[in-house]
Amino acid sequence: MYRIVAKKEVAPAVKSLTIDAPLLAKKARPGQFIIIRIGEEGERIPLTIAGLDVQQGTITTIFLEVGKTTKQLGCLNEGDAISDLAGPLGNPTEIKNYGSVVCVGGGVGVAPLYLVAKALKDAGNEVISIIGGRTKELLIFEDEMQQASDELYIATDDGSKGHHGFVTDVLQELIAKQKIDRVLAVGPTVMMRAVAKVTKNHNIKTIVSLNPIMVDGTGMCGACRVTVGGETKFTCVDGPEFDAHLVDFEELMNRQRTYITEEKVALERCGRCRH
Amino acid sequence: MPSLKKQPMSEQEGDKRIHNFDEVALGYTPEQAITEAKRCLQCAKPGCTQGCPVGIEIPAFIRCIADEDFEGAIRVIKKRNNLPAICGRVCPYENQCEKFCVLGKKGEPEGIGRLERFVADYERKKGIQIPEKAEATDKRIAIVGSGPAGLTVAADLAKLGHDVVIYEALHESGGVLIYGIPEFRLPKDVVKAEIEYVKQLGVDIQTNVVIGKTISIDELREEFDAIFIGTGAGLPHFMNIPGENLCGIYSANEFLIRTNLMRAYKFPEYDTPIKVGKRVAVIGAGNVAMDSARVALRLGAEDVRIVYRRSEKEMPARAEETAHAKEEGIKFEFLTNPIRMAGENGWVKQLECIRMKLGEPDESGRRKPIPIEGSEFALDVDTVVVAIGQKPNPLIAKMTKGLRITEKGAVWVDENGRTSIEGVFAGGDITTGAATVIEAMGAGKKAARAIHEHISR
Ligand SMILES: Cc1cc2nc3c(=O)[nH]c(=O)nc-3n(C[C@H](O)[C@H](O)[C@H](O)COP(=O)(O)OP(=O)(O)OC[C@H]3O[C@@H](n4cnc5c(N)ncnc54)[C@H](O)[C@@H]3O)c2cc1C
Ligand code: FES
Repeated sequence: MYRIVAKKEVAPAVKSLTIDAPLLAKKARPGQFIIIRIGEEGERIPLTIAGLDVQQGTITTIFLEVGKTTKQLGCLNEGDAISDLAGPLGNPTEIKNYGSVVCVGGGVGVAPLYLVAKALKDAGNEVISIIGGRTKELLIFEDEMQQASDELYIATDDGSKGHHGFVTDVLQELIAKQKIDRVLAVGPTVMMRAVAKVTKNHNIKTIVSLNPIMVDGTGMCGACRVTVGGETKFTCVDGPEFDAHLVDFEELMNRQRTYITEEKVALERCGRCRH
Repeated sequence: MPSLKKQPMSEQEGDKRIHNFDEVALGYTPEQAITEAKRCLQCAKPGCTQGCPVGIEIPAFIRCIADEDFEGAIRVIKKRNNLPAICGRVCPYENQCEKFCVLGKKGEPEGIGRLERFVADYERKKGIQIPEKAEATDKRIAIVGSGPAGLTVAADLAKLGHDVVIYEALHESGGVLIYGIPEFRLPKDVVKAEIEYVKQLGVDIQTNVVIGKTISIDELREEFDAIFIGTGAGLPHFMNIPGENLCGIYSANEFLIRTNLMRAYKFPEYDTPIKVGKRVAVIGAGNVAMDSARVALRLGAEDVRIVYRRSEKEMPARAEETAHAKEEGIKFEFLTNPIRMAGENGWVKQLECIRMKLGEPDESGRRKPIPIEGSEFALDVDTVVVAIGQKPNPLIAKMTKGLRITEKGAVWVDENGRTSIEGVFAGGDITTGAATVIEAMGAGKKAARAIHEHISR
């Protein structure tokens, strides 16, 4: 069992859990993820790592309550435990001094991006971050991103904070203004696809962190397969980060929808959670 | 003169069993077992024992059954085999022990597999006995992977008094026995009971530990006196044809992991979903393909077809599995090779195929399939399962410097299961590619002996 040592509500329907996992805390690097299972009947789902504390032996993960499993997870409290947690999985982000790096984060994707931005800054990069959300309340990790970045821009779909519009609008402006050596994007697939489109025109190397459906997370099933540069890759072992300009985003988005009907059925049965 | 035929074993009827996941073969009654045991000729030089990869003294255990000493029988088996209820269900006896049985020359061979299953089940129902162990040593061994190879090494070394820890990447131990082979062929309670036996021997099983990620082989070497790698052949092959990433197309591994390990057949009581339409095509004709096809039927498919590029004669599946599949109404498209998967709204709708004919034998000795020009046709499908084989798991190889790998991606070992790294051993599917439970156990036994020697120096 893996004990929850802290729980926070970061934004409406966005929760943060800090979990006791000493082996993992020692090993995990920015960009990696974990697979969890709540209990006997539970499914295995991947979650990104948003925080590490080697001394305490804990890792933190931040998630949006969308389906049955994340809703159930959001109902757990400090002192509760989940039955399974495996990782760190996937390859860490490649951290080097690239020069000027733009980190684009959307929704809960901002949380794992924070670790990456911090590592990039520590490596000597100029880090410019753009974070976005539907509305002001859904923005997370603003202070943390401020600290990890030389400049921080905000975009909200409804204009309640920062730029009224998409993160890609801000990115366009930045690119017009200055030389950008690399872009990293973590967030909803549509956002990553949009970022890839913008940077492709300017030939700026762009890395995205993909979030397909997964089962084992160790390369055994191929549920997480994506097409990158015309080849099939397993996101859990070959990724999760790939060259954005080579990713077949349409295919990924199609595969992500495989179980929408079943997800609804499961959610309806989720009686334990009252929100 | 013994009867020419084996005692038949009762089974769930074909039309009933396709609606449930309960075990198909029901096992012998004590009377049937005794009658079958009495057929054995008790050869002075038994071929059967030589045909057994773990060397069970077969005539001796069968003699015990004939004498109605079932406990004696299980003691004989367990001297060599730690997982008899599993082997008694999934071993390809026809290629091993039973192949060498003298009775098989005139009639059917002795039902060795069925008898092994009978005594193992008898013991499980009565309560499994834990044997005496050697005095505790101060040696520690780490085992990577809890499939039949890892469990065998663990049990053998624990019996010798060593301190053994198994690290398993998944949340449940058992390897293919748990995630791959379906409930109706190998009930998970049977697997769990045999794993419980290994634990009772003092083996510590740590799940959710991915070696190479959570802990590296080098870190294990610092803490343990020896290491055994038994990570299996878990990497699924795909066809690499257009349309393969449409929704509704599964690797056999994903299809079986969802169903067996995650219990998707009990969705929504269990959270993991699986989607099976009315028409299912399973590509490949090995045991994994038969299992996938039979699972598809039980998940509600109406028309399940095996699509195989060679003919019935070349099928790698065990005859018994193919027979079961046929009884259940699985259809076969022999000499047929898929060339494209076509979709609608992102979901697979058709499997485009070409008919094949057989040419000259290839390096595997089987006649090579050649496409017949102009014979293209399409099968309407809702679901496709790709069951064309698995490769050795590449993770540890990738993450461990100095570990020699063969051209086929397997971990290289010498005849005693030693890898290229001192103190690191390996066996099972990770060294051979996808093979059998009993071969993995045989490799495990050999490695356990080599490890014992290595650490007792
Ligand atoms: C569907 C199916 C049906 C089959 N039917 C039969 C049959 O009827 N009869 C028969 O004899 N054989 C059958 N086989 C083959 C047989 O199951 C295998 O040959 C056998 O299980 C191999 O054993 P193993 O111990 O080498 O590996 P596995 O059983 O594959 O076990 C390997 C274990 O290692 C774990 N692992 C992998 N990587 C790591 C890591 N980095 N860290 C920690 N753990 C790790 C895996 O999760 C797994 O649990 C079948 C196989 C399949 C897939
Ligand atoms: S999640 Fe199974 S292979 Fe990636």
